[in-house]
Formats: sequence, structure tokens, C-alpha cells
Amino acid sequence: MTGVIIAGAAETDRIGRLPDHSTLQLHVEGALNAVADAGLSLRDIDGIATVSSPGPVQVAHALGITPRWIDGTGVGGTSFLLHVRHAAAAIRAGYASTVLITHGESGRSRVGASRYRMEASSPAGQFEVPYGVVGPTTTFTIPALRYMKETGLTHEQLAYVAVAQRRWAAKNPRAAYRDPVTVEDVLASRMVAYPFHLLECCLVTDGGGALVVTSASRAAEFPKPAVYVLGTGESSETPMISQMADFTESAAFRLAGRSAFAEARIGAADVDHLMIYDAFAHVPIYGLEALGFTGKGEAGAFIADGNTEPGGSLPLNTNGGGLSYTHTGMYGMFAIQEGVRQLRGEAAAQAGSPEISVILGNGGMFATAGVLVLGRHPG
Amino acid sequence: MTAKPVPVPTPETQPFWDGCAAGELRLQRCADCRQPYFYPRPVCPACGSRNVEWFTASGRATLYSYVINHRPAPGFEDEAPYAIAVVELEEGPRMMTNIVGLPATPEALELDMPLQVRFEPRGDVSLPVFGPSEQAR
Repeated sequence: MTGVIIAGAAETDRIGRLPDHSTLQLHVEGALNAVADAGLSLRDIDGIATVSSPGPVQVAHALGITPRWIDGTGVGGTSFLLHVRHAAAAIRAGYASTVLITHGESGRSRVGASRYRMEASSPAGQFEVPYGVVGPTTTFTIPALRYMKETGLTHEQLAYVAVAQRRWAAKNPRAAYRDPVTVEDVLASRMVAYPFHLLECCLVTDGGGALVVTSASRAAEFPKPAVYVLGTGESSETPMISQMADFTESAAFRLAGRSAFAEARIGAADVDHLMIYDAFAHVPIYGLEALGFTGKGEAGAFIADGNTEPGGSLPLNTNGGGLSYTHTGMYGMFAIQEGVRQLRGEAAAQAGSPEISVILGNGGMFATAGVLVLGRHPG
Repeated sequence: MTAKPVPVPTPETQPFWDGCAAGELRLQRCADCRQPYFYPRPVCPACGSRNVEWFTASGRATLYSYVINHRPAPGFEDEAPYAIAVVELEEGPRMMTNIVGLPATPEALELDMPLQVRFEPRGDVSLPVFGPSEQAR
């Protein structure tokens, strides 16, 4: 138990295509919604955390917050999970009492968004970019063929990840894609980067969200049921996919998971609900194995056997995930939001009454990882 | 058409690019623990030693993994779909590369197939790429 709770959590009013919102405005709207969800005012916030661009100073200033604690950790889409972990430490240390963590990204409309550019003199600029990589679709995806050869994962099983998640999305009115798809549909969709078809790649959308984190001693003070942060973990492996030590498993996922499960004093069998950042269809497979939900090479069959879809034993990516719900670019915030909604019992596709929800976030291309163990009770 | 991206060497990587210009794939290894490694940097990632040295690798490798990219990067429009691969060098380290001299199809690109380095001009540097090994032909 970390001693902190998520007291407020909310997304922007709408997600998807929002050309009338700048990146900064998406942060602001998410923040206002989360603070209202916690029954607080902006004056109650004394700590701020978000990724660079626009960054915590800009977000705090736009909201009229003068923080006494700042975290600008920006290590990709999992950053918000790390912010929760860092906020827990800060609150325990007395550096802040009520921390606001924000995300906003105009990933599709690119309004007020910074340009992504890799310096030609950086390691990646010298040793990866010259080979014609085009961001995550050509880098995050490279390990998959090796995994398939080593484990026997089939193209059909990989495609089924998208099928299973669409079944959750079908129950969620906010999801971008809700129409059922079959393995045949996925394999017939446009090839993006073999072996990945379009429906095995995440969406690109606009949206945002925010969290309010505070001491668990205040759990009874808020209008919504407190969500307890029971355990946290973080790690990193490599900034370049070509240098990932073993293409069939993520060392960062494993280390972050081990820390979080140890802090929460739980094992995989205790988990009722799971979110694994699915930038591409293979990532939930790597995540299930890294966290110990299945053995090595078994996760593809586990998903294809229906275990993670509605009615299955381990509800996974119940908002529809990055493949079907939304993916602004740094999706980690949305994975946390769904974990909170499930524990509060207010999700669109509510998966029973979960006691423990685990969130696994990825940053970059297997570069960084964050894990949160969230609970309905103090643990 | 936009030009393909050109790597810009730093003082730490210059010997690698000098090697490519001379038609050699130069790697580093630790003079203390003997571990060869890539990418170039003046510290051994296995033991932290600064006592590292350059050597010329064989240029032989095997195909470790790849994607066939259908949405080309700027400068690659005429080549799509093209293979972006990671090869495992005979000496152990892995590096990203493009596969040349073979069709960019799953049938032609078999994991673990033997490959051999070649060098392609790119701006003011030579870029290591890999094609079928001499023995295999």
C-alpha cells in the first residue's frame, strides 16, 4: 500500500476528433473535470505533474495553480503511471498534499501540438532513422516476427487480440470503433508494416484526462469511492528497439510489474481486471506474460480462447483499448481512467465488481514501463 | 522527393562511420571483460569499463527480425514496401538495417538466414545494409 488514493478521475468531455481544442485546452478540460470529480477546487491543488509539451509549468499556470511540487517526467505514454508513483512518494514525504496529473494530446488534429523530430546526431538518428523507420508502426512492431518464430504465435492469434478488444468496445458508446470484427476482417485490413495490418495498430485521436491523487487518510472526504493505489512500479530498457535484449519479452514490463505486485503484496491470481497499453496487437501478449498471467508463449492462445473478452475470466482492456477506444499518442492516462471506472463500478462495459485492477503502461517502443495496482479497498 | 535521412556522427561514433567509408564494419569491445557491443560509446555496457577498443567485424550476420513497411518514410517513396530489419552480427551485437538484394516479401526473408554487410552511399557517409551472404549464393 502506497498510502495514497485516486480521489478524482475524468477524461475530456469528448474524445476522438477535436479540431476546436488545442493540446493545452485538452489538458485544461481534463483537469477541470477531474478536480470537479473529486469535489475540489483548483485552489486545493498543490502539486502538478504532466509530460513536457506543454509541460507542468504551462498547465499549472493556465489553471492558476502555484505548485509546491512539480513532476515533468516524460518517458512516453506510460508517463502518467509514473506520475502516480512519484506523487505517492511526494505525498508520503509531505512535499505535496493534493496532486493533479494531466494529459492532453491533439494527436489527430495536431492543434497546438509540438513536432516530433529525432536529432540526426542522436543514437537513434544515426542507427535507426536512416533505415526508413516511421515512428512506432515500424519500430514497436519489429520484435513480433521473432516472437512468432520462437513461440509459434500465429497471425490469426495476433489478429484475435483486436477481435477480443472490439467486443469490449462494442459495449462502450465513447469508443471510436464499435462494430464487431472477425479474424478474417483484421487479416483483410490494409497492411501497414508486415505482419501488422491496420486493425492491429492503434488509433490516432484527440483527447485528454486527469487524476487527483491525495493521502489515503482522506478517503472518506470525496464524493466518489476512493480508489486505493496499492502498488506501483517503473522501469526502462532501451531507447532503441534494435537494442532490446530479447525480442520475445520486455524486461521493463517484468521489472515494473514485480515492483508493483510486491508493494501491493499480490500475485497474478488476485487480479480481477487488467489494462495493458495496446499500441499494437502484440503488446497485450507481451504484457500478460511479463506480469505472470500466462507462461511464456501462451498469451496469444489465452486471448484467442476468449479468456480476456466479455464473459472471460480476466477482463482485459475493457474500454476497447488503444485499438478500438482511443489513442491520443500517450494512451496511459486512458488505461488508468478505465481502471478507476471499473473499481468504482461506473464503466460503460462494467466487468462485474472487481476488487483489484492492474494497469500496465508502455512508453516508447518497449522503452519504458509503469505498473499500477489499484484497489477498491485499502488492501 | 525528400532526401533520405543522413546520420550525423558524433566524436564517439566517428570511428564507426570512418570504418563504413573504408568498407569495414567496425565495432567496439571491452578490453577488460572482452564483451563486444553496439552502438558505439566509450564505456562498456557490460562492466562499466572505459578501457574499450575498436575492431573490424566479419560483416556476417543472421536475420533476427523485421517488418515490411508499406507506408514509406520521406525519401523511401520509390522503395515501398521495404524491409526494416534487425540483424544479429556474428560477434553478438544486433543492429537495425535494411535488407538489399532480396525481395521484400515474407517468403524471401526467412528469420535466421545468413546475411553479409554491404555499404551504400548516403549523403556524406556510407551506410551499412545487409544482403544475401556470399556462401548462400
